[in-house]
Amino acid sequence: MAERAKQPRVNDFVVKFANVNGSGSASANGMFARAIIRMGVPVAARNIFPSNIQGLPTWYEVRITEAGHLGRRGGVDLMVAMNPQTWDRDLAEIETGGVLFYDSTKPMPPTRFRDDITVVGVPLTALCNARYELPRERQLFKNIVYVGALAALLGIETSAVQELISEDFAGRQRLIDANFEALQMGYDYVGQNLKPLALQVRRADKVGDRIYVEGNAAAALGAVYGGATVCAWYPITPSTSLAEAFTGYCQDLRTDPETGQARYAILQAEDEIASIGVVVGAGWNGARAFTATSGPGVSLMTEFIGLSYFAEIPAVIFDVQRGGPSTGMPTRTQQADLIGAAYAGHGDTKHPMLLPADPGECFEMGALAFDLADRLQTTIFVMLDLDIGMNEWLTAPFQWDDARTLDRGKVMTHDELEAGRDFGRYLDVDGDGIPYRTYPGVHPTRGAYFTRGTSRNPYARYSEEGSVYVDNMQRLLRKFETAKAIVPAPVVRKAKRKTTDGVIYFGSTTGAMHEALEALEGQGRHLDALRVRGFPFADEVLEFIAAHARVFVVEQNRDAQLRTLIMNEGGVDPAKLVPVLHYDGTPITARFISGQIAQLMAIGSVIEAAE
Amino acid sequence: MTYITKPQLHHPGLAKNALGFTRRDYEGSVSTLCAGCGHDSISASIIQAVYELELPPHRIAKLSGIGCSSKTPDYFLGNSHGFNTVHGRMPSVLTGANLANKDLIYLGVSGDGDSASIGLGQFAHAMRRGVNMLYIVENNGVYGLTKGQFSATSDKGSKSKRGVVNHDAGIDLVGMALQLGATFVGRSFSGDKDQLTPLIKAGLMHKGAAFIDCISPCVQFNNHVGSTKSFDYVREHNEAVNRLDVITPRAPIRVDYAPGESVRVQQHDGSILSLHKLAELYNPNNRAQALGYLQARQARGQVVTGLLYVDPNAGDLHEAMGTVDTPLNELGEAELVPGAAALAKINAGLR
Ligand SMILES: Cc1ncc(C[n+]2csc(CCOP(=O)(O)OP(=O)(O)O)c2C)c(N)n1
Ligand code: SF4
Ligand SMILES: [Mg+2]
Repeated sequence: MAERAKQPRVNDFVVKFANVNGSGSASANGMFARAIIRMGVPVAARNIFPSNIQGLPTWYEVRITEAGHLGRRGGVDLMVAMNPQTWDRDLAEIETGGVLFYDSTKPMPPTRFRDDITVVGVPLTALCNARYELPRERQLFKNIVYVGALAALLGIETSAVQELISEDFAGRQRLIDANFEALQMGYDYVGQNLKPLALQVRRADKVGDRIYVEGNAAAALGAVYGGATVCAWYPITPSTSLAEAFTGYCQDLRTDPETGQARYAILQAEDEIASIGVVVGAGWNGARAFTATSGPGVSLMTEFIGLSYFAEIPAVIFDVQRGGPSTGMPTRTQQADLIGAAYAGHGDTKHPMLLPADPGECFEMGALAFDLADRLQTTIFVMLDLDIGMNEWLTAPFQWDDARTLDRGKVMTHDELEAGRDFGRYLDVDGDGIPYRTYPGVHPTRGAYFTRGTSRNPYARYSEEGSVYVDNMQRLLRKFETAKAIVPAPVVRKAKRKTTDGVIYFGSTTGAMHEALEALEGQGRHLDALRVRGFPFADEVLEFIAAHARVFVVEQNRDAQLRTLIMNEGGVDPAKLVPVLHYDGTPITARFISGQIAQLMAIGSVIEAAE
Repeated sequence: MTYITKPQLHHPGLAKNALGFTRRDYEGSVSTLCAGCGHDSISASIIQAVYELELPPHRIAKLSGIGCSSKTPDYFLGNSHGFNTVHGRMPSVLTGANLANKDLIYLGVSGDGDSASIGLGQFAHAMRRGVNMLYIVENNGVYGLTKGQFSATSDKGSKSKRGVVNHDAGIDLVGMALQLGATFVGRSFSGDKDQLTPLIKAGLMHKGAAFIDCISPCVQFNNHVGSTKSFDYVREHNEAVNRLDVITPRAPIRVDYAPGESVRVQQHDGSILSLHKLAELYNPNNRAQALGYLQARQARGQVVTGLLYVDPNAGDLHEAMGTVDTPLNELGEAELVPGAAALAKINAGLR
């Protein structure tokens, strides 16, 4: 076995916990990550879990990164192997020179280990059996014992863990005491029997005022701030926690302080069709409404999404994407609903999409989506994915300007109708493709109209005349053109040197992408980068492509869906857009991106040289 | 031009209700349904009911699915907002609309195909949630709009126009509504305006999920011998258990049948349902008895009509959710947006 005396690696390594689902490890592992944040060192943590409640393997990966790389790095430096079922593959994943931490209660033959790694054994089961009577206690405290042991091995301040225990169990002193004791038990065992590892956490000041939160919770809070009052949903991983978080935030923030009554209505519908039906009905009637779902739900919703497009009814859908197609990989991440969402519905339809990169943007876009839905009178998709939605991320604190108002778009009021203003529900009075609407019940004799999914004239009267239909469809295109300028603009990151290479990416790829760009730059490979944040694509996206000879498009799906959308909407030469695709269900890593791009660039230069 | 605007003629002689509206003000565009279609009679009853109730037309929202029946909201209440949604999904859209604004009166119109086949799930869930609405199924036992296929409410053994016998058991939406918790359940016949109009009035005034199954013969595809949804068949087998009058504080009682034993039920909004008993034993306040009675009569081939069940103290979905009195669509920034200070606190809790 390798020597332990090595150069210390401070604040830059990856710890992976291999656990059994339902063993209570999640909260202990979370505490481990948060303790490091409390020491001022950024972490990027990710759950990797199966689609069941108990018994199957789960993993939790914590990247400790003083440099602040929030994407996945790839590779594991310290494996906390708590699941005998996955022992072999967990062992294999450790980088050469890395560390295996395991429960050494039962002796293991040397053949079960690797000789290029450091092995650290702590008799966790024995320690817990000696101290605790009840099987459940033995199981639960084992998790805290290993956190204590890891703290001693990695130089994590126990006071940081204790602080979190005290906050999480505030008011339950007996639980606090018991957890302190378990923590100390692990800490002391290491102190008495083992030496600290070369992997070390050291206090820093790199976290700043950032918050640590899941994208789903952030999006739900965005919906509260965006003025959403009606939510209808049907449970589906990984979107469920968004609706649940909305419920929690509404109870806290939207309960009338005097009457205790709710300023919101949340309905767990019978399925996704009903969910979007409720949203469309509420939107038609002037309330801000949304649903949260994932790919299978969007598939069911498509008929209504088409209605929302054609009858022009505001709706917001949070699509927290998971691995498809079909049930696919329900607890893994992908960005594979892009085309499905963009063109959901039969006939010619297209829908604006917002593409948040982290929980901070989930909040911002979660609120913005409701303004855009009202302004554009159509369905707005907010495209999260499991990686952003269900993992806690360090992100800039949420911000709100109290002067901001809810932009309800073009709504003709009672007084305007009373004054005799002409009302044609589908009349393009301003030339931007966006007509005026009225809320039901607004005026006794004016402004009522019949909403339908059937073709109609600008005054909302049924008509299947070809020219009337075509005019309306053209107006819908004008409206989509208007959307270009009001969806979030792309963000450009210029290379240090002038280059003809570019890269386009979006969403949860962002952290890994930025890190990959640094790595590539270190190799002398320079790329300008553009992050897409909205669909339809702003003109800058196409200008960026035009300004470069070759543009890599990095995304997390098999079929290069963003690239397809760009080609389709922008008429871009496919040869110019080089796909870089990661779709095995794990979050994309910086190593993967930089490796792929380096390789493609190398091949490119060989071809160039040969030509 | 495929749309026909009804000429707005001035009829100085037309009677006005207390709001100053004539019956005309409650009409819609000209119907494009087949002449003699039962659905048109139901539209006429709806117009009459709203006129008599003296409701401001714009305070009603009318929603429907897809089908001949679902087209009808265009043909009544032209001053009300209407929404012709998608096939079988009117209940969810109506539910959402109702959540957005609890102050409007919601009228859902559907067909037997729309509600008993593609939309059976949504029908069921809207009933069990107690959405405050009147939900009318214009039941003709066929898909009219797609030209005469059997619908799920066709009785077992009934014959199609082409002589095909239906082998599947028919779905009885009244029985389902009762089991699912609807708090107002009636059945009527498009050919019996005197029975139907007061039922619609009472249903509109009812707080909670009100359901009327209205048999409405399709003269085009299901009005032949061998059909159990034809005018002749329903007239022969109709067993009305009661006659209803709705007494609102404004509209006086109107009696046009021989007096008999009657029961008075006061609804939530103050309206009084005066029920004239025709079947002596029938008690519309007992859900279980209603179900038993219906099943027994159905086995004998009879079609029971009337107000079959009512819970005058029913609550609705908003009550269950505890929503604020102000309609949600009228809340503004002050009530909805917690603001920067609240956000700072949330941020602090996430560090
Ligand atoms: C999703 C979908 N499937 C099928 C149709 C075709 N369709 C239109 S109306 C209808 C049946 C309507 O029957 P019913 O509700 O009984 O209405 P009726 O015409 O008899 O009044 C069908 C199948 C549709 N519009 N949408
Ligand atoms: S086809 Fe039948 S249901 Fe449709 S309009 Fe004609 S008669 Fe009425
Ligand atoms: Mg029908």
